[in-house]
Amino acid sequence: MIVQALAFYLFAAVTVAAGFMVIAARNPVHSVLFLILAFFNAAGLFVLLGAEFLAMILVIVYVGAVAVLFLFVVMMLDINFAELREGFLNYLPIGLVIGGILLVELFLVLGAWAIAPEAAKFASTPTPPVEQIANTHAIGQVLYTKYMFAFQVSGLILLVAMIGAIVLTLRVREGVRKQRISVQVSRTREEAVALRKVEPRQGV
Amino acid sequence: MQALLAEYLPILLFLGIAVGLALVMILVSIIAAKQRPEAEKLSPYECGFEPFDDSRKQFDVRFYLVAILFIIFDLEVAFLFPWAVTLGEIGVVGFWSMMVFLGVLTVGFIYEWKKGALEWE
Amino acid sequence: MIADIALALPEIFLAVAAMVLLVFGVYAGEKSTRFVATAAIVALAAAIVLVLGRQAATGFGGMFVVDAFGSFAKILILVGTGLAIAMSLGYLRDQGIERFEFPVLLMLSTIGMMIMVSAGDLIALYLGLELQSLAIYVCAAFKRDSTRSTEAGLKYFVLGALSSGMLLYGASLVYGFAGTTSFAGLAQVLQGGGTPIGVLVGLVFIAAGIAFKCSAAPFHMWTPDVYEGAPTPVTSFMAAAPKVAAIALFMRVFLVPFGGMVEEWRQIIVVIAVLSMVLGAFAAIGQSNIKRLMAYSSIGHVGYALIGLAAANQEGVRGVLIYLAIYLAMNVGTFGVILCMRRATGYSEEISDLAGLARTRPGLAAAMAVFMFSLAGVPPLAGFFGKFYVFMAAVNAGLYVLAVIGVVTSVVGAYYYLRIVKLMYFDAPAEPFAANTDRGVGVVTVAAGLFTLFFFVYPAPIVAGAQIAARALLP
Repeated sequence: MIVQALAFYLFAAVTVAAGFMVIAARNPVHSVLFLILAFFNAAGLFVLLGAEFLAMILVIVYVGAVAVLFLFVVMMLDINFAELREGFLNYLPIGLVIGGILLVELFLVLGAWAIAPEAAKFASTPTPPVEQIANTHAIGQVLYTKYMFAFQVSGLILLVAMIGAIVLTLRVREGVRKQRISVQVSRTREEAVALRKVEPRQGV
Repeated sequence: MQALLAEYLPILLFLGIAVGLALVMILVSIIAAKQRPEAEKLSPYECGFEPFDDSRKQFDVRFYLVAILFIIFDLEVAFLFPWAVTLGEIGVVGFWSMMVFLGVLTVGFIYEWKKGALEWE
Repeated sequence: MIADIALALPEIFLAVAAMVLLVFGVYAGEKSTRFVATAAIVALAAAIVLVLGRQAATGFGGMFVVDAFGSFAKILILVGTGLAIAMSLGYLRDQGIERFEFPVLLMLSTIGMMIMVSAGDLIALYLGLELQSLAIYVCAAFKRDSTRSTEAGLKYFVLGALSSGMLLYGASLVYGFAGTTSFAGLAQVLQGGGTPIGVLVGLVFIAAGIAFKCSAAPFHMWTPDVYEGAPTPVTSFMAAAPKVAAIALFMRVFLVPFGGMVEEWRQIIVVIAVLSMVLGAFAAIGQSNIKRLMAYSSIGHVGYALIGLAAANQEGVRGVLIYLAIYLAMNVGTFGVILCMRRATGYSEEISDLAGLARTRPGLAAAMAVFMFSLAGVPPLAGFFGKFYVFMAAVNAGLYVLAVIGVVTSVVGAYYYLRIVKLMYFDAPAEPFAANTDRGVGVVTVAAGLFTLFFFVYPAPIVAGAQIAARALLP
């Protein structure tokens, strides 16, 4: 129990600190690396909650792919980040105000939080206890059958993302020689090799 | 819950040791070694050249396309894990549900292949 | 399972058609755009037939609801998308962005809208919204070599992602209280009212998210820039079908799952409606770009439509649906005229270029005048009836102040619509436009003009359809 509590405070503290460093770091590449650190620690928090699947997805998708994409984007942009940061602090007061309002709202919401008495009765999909079914398993049991509609629509969203990325960024370059395997394979000996009788001292 | 977390204890210990070891190495070298920094010693060394450029170079935008296509297929694979675990229970419907999902993304794959998005040069 | 699939047949058919056309297009190359677009229009028309053949039912574990309300909205959406595709080809060709992905993306976006209006669950709602928006983000940046178009796409994307985040935050609060995301379950849990503040905050966030998508004030700030920067056919699409979908979604979410909390959310809708109407009326006055003007005009029209939602009764729903049908026609027609504003040097978007149009192109000027009078709500044009039905609903629901504000702002709004008419008929002609050679734009504009002009002769089909749809939503 005590280990669990200690691990929670460790992960939570590092997440918050890394999150702060994401916006405070001078070098944008460092920002992205701190973001990765924050993701890792958030994954640790998920494990503590018993949500292993989410934790692993966070590591695979966010750390493995999204953060890499962020790095690419940071490297791609030709922006002087030091210049971009000038006047950054001017936004601090309004940021603090908005943050404060959100905090007050959170307290209001959580302070007066209630769960509808009928909630358990209407619960769409009750979470099975972690001791009995691992949650990857529990998700698998409903995602492809009960939530099939949502699953297929997310497939379509991925398709749109694919088309969109290609439409917006792919440029066909002129003069690029592509490998055409069928042409290579279907070349015959007659096309490729010619026997010439070369007379001595005459050249080809 | 406790049993689940106990399974992760080795990973926590491993992380702790990894971080601890790294810290020890850095600290020991700071404490034990002689520190006499000078400008030339601190500059990155590159075969006699003066370090003349930012270490960050601008990337080609084509990396972006590759990365985003990677993310999409990465997500697709993420959907496969729970499916593989439960394939025995979710029956024919669950099986075909995944096949349709993969079919939609295969259409996208055919599109990007024909479009030449996977070619570099 | 089979019954579920049969229920979603129009959506499945469109999805399959979009994928077939995508693969066909990529094999046939860019020259196939015209064929792909034609096939897309045929597929949308076929989808209308399929929508008409659906029986009211609920499928996919309550996620997907087919009823008369959804079908009415779907038909409007399909018609709006079909007209937008029909009008787009000439412009895309002239701008050198005639690519077969365009109709395919619009089709996928349409599927998203159809899922939105059929949503029976917060998850389905979010996924439909995201499918719709993602395709439109791409379309807004479709002219990728133009800075303005990419700026429009990026702005829309960043702010759209923010609004999706707000929507999800609200949905999670509601889910935390009720333990379910299905609309039927939520309706039962929230029946009695007297809900805790958490649900109320969740409701506000959901309202903000959807208000953003239908560009209602105070969540409108992206609209003028995006409308101006996006290629004109994309703007004409964004101003029509997605708006219908977002407002229909607004009605379904607020009247079905949150139907028990009318007193709580009515004030929110009233504020949004008043702000939208006032902003639409006053901010449009100073515009010199016709697309920006249409952006503010659409904000105002969303405000009028939301009056019907604030009424929260069958009559109000009917009014909104009639309003949306008429708005769709007027808007598509106006953009048809804007697409005709073309000279040898390129497309014009300046209002001043319309000066003296009645002398250089009398037909075009007459069409524009019809649409402007109708948008202003001058009887007996269609726009008047749209406003009439929602204002009547508001009065019958006791929302007198709202109705009065609506009438006052439409009088103010009439100023800038009529200014364009004055410019066309009484000012010295500007350099004339080139003759329109695109048959799609011509046919759509004339059809929309005739609908707007002669709606009052035979309004029965739309009014009766809207009545049936309203009864399905609020029995």
